[in-house]
Amino acid sequence: MLLSVKDIHKTYTTADGPFAVLRGIDLRLAAGETLALTGESGSGKSTLLHLIGGLDTPDQGQIMIDGQDIAALDDNGRAALRRGTVGVVFQQFNLIPSLKVADNIAFQARLADQHDPDWVATLADRMGLTEQLNKYPEQLSGGQQQRVAIARTLAPKPRLVLADEPTGNLDEATAATVMDLMLELVAETGAGLLMVTHSEALAGRMARRLHLRAGRLA
Amino acid sequence: MSDKMVQGVVGRIIALVFLCFLPLQVAAQGFAGLGTDAEGFAIPTPDPSFDFPADHGPHPEYRIEWWYLTANLTAEDGTPYGLQWTLFRSALAPEAGEGWAAPQLWMGHAAVTTPDQHHVSERLARGGIGQAGVTAEPFSAWIDDWVLRGDWDTLQMTASGADFSYDMALTAQGPLIFHGQDGYSVKSAAGQASYYYSQPFFDIAGVLDLPQGDVAVTGTAWLDREWSSQPLSDDQTGWDWFSLSFDDGHKLMGFRLQQTDGQNYTSATWITPDGRTTAFPDGAFSAEPLITHQTVGGEVPIRWQVRLPARDVDVTVSAMNPDAWMTTSIPYWEGPVTVIGSHMGMGYLEMTGYE
Amino acid sequence: MTRATLQALLSHWWRNPLQLFTLLAGLALATALWSGVQAVNAEARASYDAAAAALGEGQYDRLLRRDGQPMDQATYITLRRAGWLVSPVVQGRLDGVRIIGIDPLTAPGDIGPVAIGEDADVVGFLTGAGQLFANAETARRLTGQQVIITPEAAPGTAITDIGVAQRLLGKQGQIDSLIIAPAQPRSQPPLENIAPQLLRRAAQGGSDIGRLTDSFHLNLTAFGLLSFAVGIFIVHGAIGLAFEQRRPVVRTLRALGLPLRRLIVLMGAELMLFALFAGAIGVALGYGIAALLLPDVAATLRGLYGADVSGTLQLRPAWWLSGLSIALGGTALAASGALFKLSKMPLLAAAQPRALAMAAGRNAVIQGAGAAVLLAVAGVLMFTAQGLIGGFTLLAALLIGAALALPLILDRVLAACSGLARSVTAQWFWSDTRQQLPGLSLALMALLLAMAANVGVSTMVSSFRLTFVEFLDQRLSSELYVSTEDATQSQKLTAFAAPRVDAILPIQFADTEIAGQPTEVYGARDNHTYRDNWIFLQNSAAPWDTTFGGQTILINEQLARRGGLGIGDQVQLQDQVFMIAGIYGDYGNPIGQAVISEAQFAGLYPGITAQRFGLRLDPDQVPDFVAALEAEAGIPATQTVDQARIKAISLQVFERTFTVTTALNILTLAVAGFAILMSLLTLATMRVPQLAPAWAMGMTRGQLGRLELLRAVLLAVLTAFVALPLGLALAWALLAVVNVAAFGWELPMYLFPGDYARLGIFALLAAALAALWPARRLARTPPADLLKVFSNER
Repeated sequence: MLLSVKDIHKTYTTADGPFAVLRGIDLRLAAGETLALTGESGSGKSTLLHLIGGLDTPDQGQIMIDGQDIAALDDNGRAALRRGTVGVVFQQFNLIPSLKVADNIAFQARLADQHDPDWVATLADRMGLTEQLNKYPEQLSGGQQQRVAIARTLAPKPRLVLADEPTGNLDEATAATVMDLMLELVAETGAGLLMVTHSEALAGRMARRLHLRAGRLA
Repeated sequence: MSDKMVQGVVGRIIALVFLCFLPLQVAAQGFAGLGTDAEGFAIPTPDPSFDFPADHGPHPEYRIEWWYLTANLTAEDGTPYGLQWTLFRSALAPEAGEGWAAPQLWMGHAAVTTPDQHHVSERLARGGIGQAGVTAEPFSAWIDDWVLRGDWDTLQMTASGADFSYDMALTAQGPLIFHGQDGYSVKSAAGQASYYYSQPFFDIAGVLDLPQGDVAVTGTAWLDREWSSQPLSDDQTGWDWFSLSFDDGHKLMGFRLQQTDGQNYTSATWITPDGRTTAFPDGAFSAEPLITHQTVGGEVPIRWQVRLPARDVDVTVSAMNPDAWMTTSIPYWEGPVTVIGSHMGMGYLEMTGYE
Repeated sequence: MTRATLQALLSHWWRNPLQLFTLLAGLALATALWSGVQAVNAEARASYDAAAAALGEGQYDRLLRRDGQPMDQATYITLRRAGWLVSPVVQGRLDGVRIIGIDPLTAPGDIGPVAIGEDADVVGFLTGAGQLFANAETARRLTGQQVIITPEAAPGTAITDIGVAQRLLGKQGQIDSLIIAPAQPRSQPPLENIAPQLLRRAAQGGSDIGRLTDSFHLNLTAFGLLSFAVGIFIVHGAIGLAFEQRRPVVRTLRALGLPLRRLIVLMGAELMLFALFAGAIGVALGYGIAALLLPDVAATLRGLYGADVSGTLQLRPAWWLSGLSIALGGTALAASGALFKLSKMPLLAAAQPRALAMAAGRNAVIQGAGAAVLLAVAGVLMFTAQGLIGGFTLLAALLIGAALALPLILDRVLAACSGLARSVTAQWFWSDTRQQLPGLSLALMALLLAMAANVGVSTMVSSFRLTFVEFLDQRLSSELYVSTEDATQSQKLTAFAAPRVDAILPIQFADTEIAGQPTEVYGARDNHTYRDNWIFLQNSAAPWDTTFGGQTILINEQLARRGGLGIGDQVQLQDQVFMIAGIYGDYGNPIGQAVISEAQFAGLYPGITAQRFGLRLDPDQVPDFVAALEAEAGIPATQTVDQARIKAISLQVFERTFTVTTALNILTLAVAGFAILMSLLTLATMRVPQLAPAWAMGMTRGQLGRLELLRAVLLAVLTAFVALPLGLALAWALLAVVNVAAFGWELPMYLFPGDYARLGIFALLAAALAALWPARRLARTPPADLLKVFSNER
């Protein structure tokens, strides 16, 4: 099993006191499988994604990726996880504005010491970014930027791709194109895909879907 | 401008100036000036005829000269002491001169050695202004407040330092003796030589003023006079000089000049109690180091096997205080010794050229 | 991983060269200011240290003749032969160069010449060949002498053998002073028995020159410290800006899997590299500043104190080192805070503003407590501080306390204004300004320190000038001063002038000691000039009557303070006892001074005759008189100085002092302005979201821009109001505590409202200039950017 989440709890401290975002989540995801995670704003779906991506740590519970409990990892371990095993696509793209498109795409692979120029070139080509390689992110449209971000995430060939509202900032047509490309490439690399979205259409394209409500899977 | 730099410079001036002060220190790298041509300076010649008291005075036409007194003393409680009073003259040019520009420089060394202490003082002065000098008649040798004066039958002697002073009276009990060939003392196979005579028969008495208090002492003293312009040859790096007084009244002066090739040049004078002398050429006298000791300065032999087979002398000479290192601008070892073996006695040892 | 990360980090600067420039410029400016002041200080200090070292001044006790005349060489021999380890020194001037003759054989180990280089000849040095050792500048003035160039030699000084010096100076057989070696023999007769005519002068804590010029350097050091503080603020600002701007990138890098530790190490290394680079530029800049200021500083020191300071600057490792360590240390200090914050920054963008606000509140309490404690300490020290350490502690407590208190004071003032505001715009303006305060407070503190320092130092220096000018009027009351070469010429002068002038006032003095203090005793001729012009700090009834009558003595403030003397106390000069009848201000004089009547002076110092004379005559007659003096008495005009010229020269010296202080004033303000600029730039990135609502509600971008400018000026004005009393307190501490400790006299404090106003305007200009660009940028923010604020809002 690629991903197995057991009894995850997470509580935040807010001005109004503690707020339990996640209250016992269990889910599993196999390699090559796609899963949509839907829910209202504040239902905790992004938090869950962040916990799986090692961006945050759960208060309780176990997250196993490839048989490794990532809740037990320190900062270095989680960073290594993010570099190689898990790739995150953010809603805000989070490109590095001072690097050209080519460098942005290659960046994560280089961080992970898994830079494969042919694969990066393939990705750029498939994403239709060949013409944009020498531009800076600010010179690209939103859809192009997100394609750069997806290419960057896939460059080190992660086993698990996490996507947080990847098309949330894109118009519908662009979103559909970007989505097609992403699903296609994820399928080709055989990675598992877990996507947070509140778009029914998008969720429908996944193999499975889970709905979060008030910190529990419905 | 850093003080250290200035200090270094003054040190260098002094060192450079007093290089000429001969065998006192002859570093292995060969001290400039010692082996060079004695240009303009007079050179000792064989068959000297001395003229006293004039020759007790200075000879400015020679490059170097000294009045060198050492004494073995005993306090009333039996504690042995050693004492040194030395005045060196070094000429920058073969003339007496007057005022600050006079080319004669003077250096005084005084020391008192106890079994566990060694007090040293040094003075430097220019000739020509009255701060230091020697007059033959009446005889007086002085630098600052240090004085050695009298008629050579009796002498008065004072010296002082930051932690000691002394005031001594000397009385001669025998004649002057002349080393080498009637006072022409050869210092190397190549023929370098000096004029060299001594008064080894002084009785001495006086008071040592030491940090622990005044000490009344008596003993015997040995006064050397030597002058030259070029006493060492190029390949000589230092010397070991012994003046030994045996209990039977005989005395022995012997020196060993160290050569760069590891060989030595030795010379000795055997002195009978009534002042008759026999000079021994190179090889007759030998001195072999037995034990060395690391002083604040150099590492020096502090026990020697000294032999003069021609007079059946085979003795062990040991430093009374191994730490008698002279921390002067030109450092060397100088201190009292005890003698055991075929002959018993005491004496003084000077060692230069050690590091 | 490292290469990719470095590329990502460094590419930021490549894409934002302006930010890189601000960072480097901030670091470089701070370093420059610091190292410039240090360089001037170090250079001057090294110069007179060399001069003092050459004489062994300060380190060793010395023997001088009581009457100040040279002693016979025989005295030296007598002392040596009595067991006194002393070393002779002869000195004098030749072609304007101070010639010092020493005897290297008897000089204590650490005085004396000079490097004996390859070209030096020891035998020649000792046997009168006439070698002099001097630096290249001095060597050029010594024509016809054999000079060996020694860069380390004290400026304006040549060292040579005593025999040569005696010959060059015409002092054959004479010795000016004897240095007493620290280690002396055990048995030594007392000095009175051997040379009763000699006086033992104790070693000074520092050299005469050193102690004096220290006071001037104190000003510069105070400036240096303040510039250091200002510099640290700037470095802090620059680093804060750099981190603020890259916060999102840092998050992204971490999200992509860069370990935090690696990131911090790399960012730290990057900053250190920049600091090294900017520090080097800063040191070079500082060198430039110093090189520009140094001729003035050198002239000031020479003029004020007669200290020879080389007018050329040498690059000294010491201030390279201190400059670079300020850059690196300041960066490390500022960066460690920023990096710490970075390490605590949550990886996810969901920051917790509430927690931050609470932390800020706690900080304010700590800061307020710190300020209160420091100001309380300063308050106590104002009444109790003694000596230089106390004075500087007072200054530090005052400045740091005030700087810490500033944001709190401003916050209260802004809150009050906000409460009073009627219009909505005004209300928004005040509260928005208040909200910005934390971001600007570092820069405002820098401005506060810069302004306070300027007020303080200007007040001190101007007070000094005012006092000194009055003092010059009092002391330079004769219309013409004539120097004579010898007694014959003095007689000629007296004979020629007697029928032509109102009064001849001989100026004659002898070096001696009173109450253990080195003192120059003057013999004054009974004349109304003194009675009319001299102002006493304290005096008994009719001090001049009793002094001219021979019963009393007048002393300067330095002697009174150091010797613990007051009116009515008795002092002794040889066998004569005098009562002190007056204490007068004697500004700029390093040592004690006393005045007795001419008759008493002649009795005590029969060997000394006046070689300077003050002549009272109609000022209009001066040119004719000078011409006649040359024609009829053979005394050339070069030996005369008219009063106007002396005053002009003295004032010129002061003007130079002010050139330096003014230059530093402007520089400090400029640096403070730069700090404001950087803070505003930092804030600008956060400003858009704050301003967007105001824009959305109907304010134009132009209006917003103008308000931004107004805000900066307003904050500067408020800071100026705090800076003024702080600066005055600083000045008071400098004049009444530090100056007394350094100079030995207290200066009256004068206020210069005009100067302060000008300074305030400068400060406002600096603030306005600094705010201009950010405000313009704001006014031109594309509406789209403002709109984004709303679309991006979570």
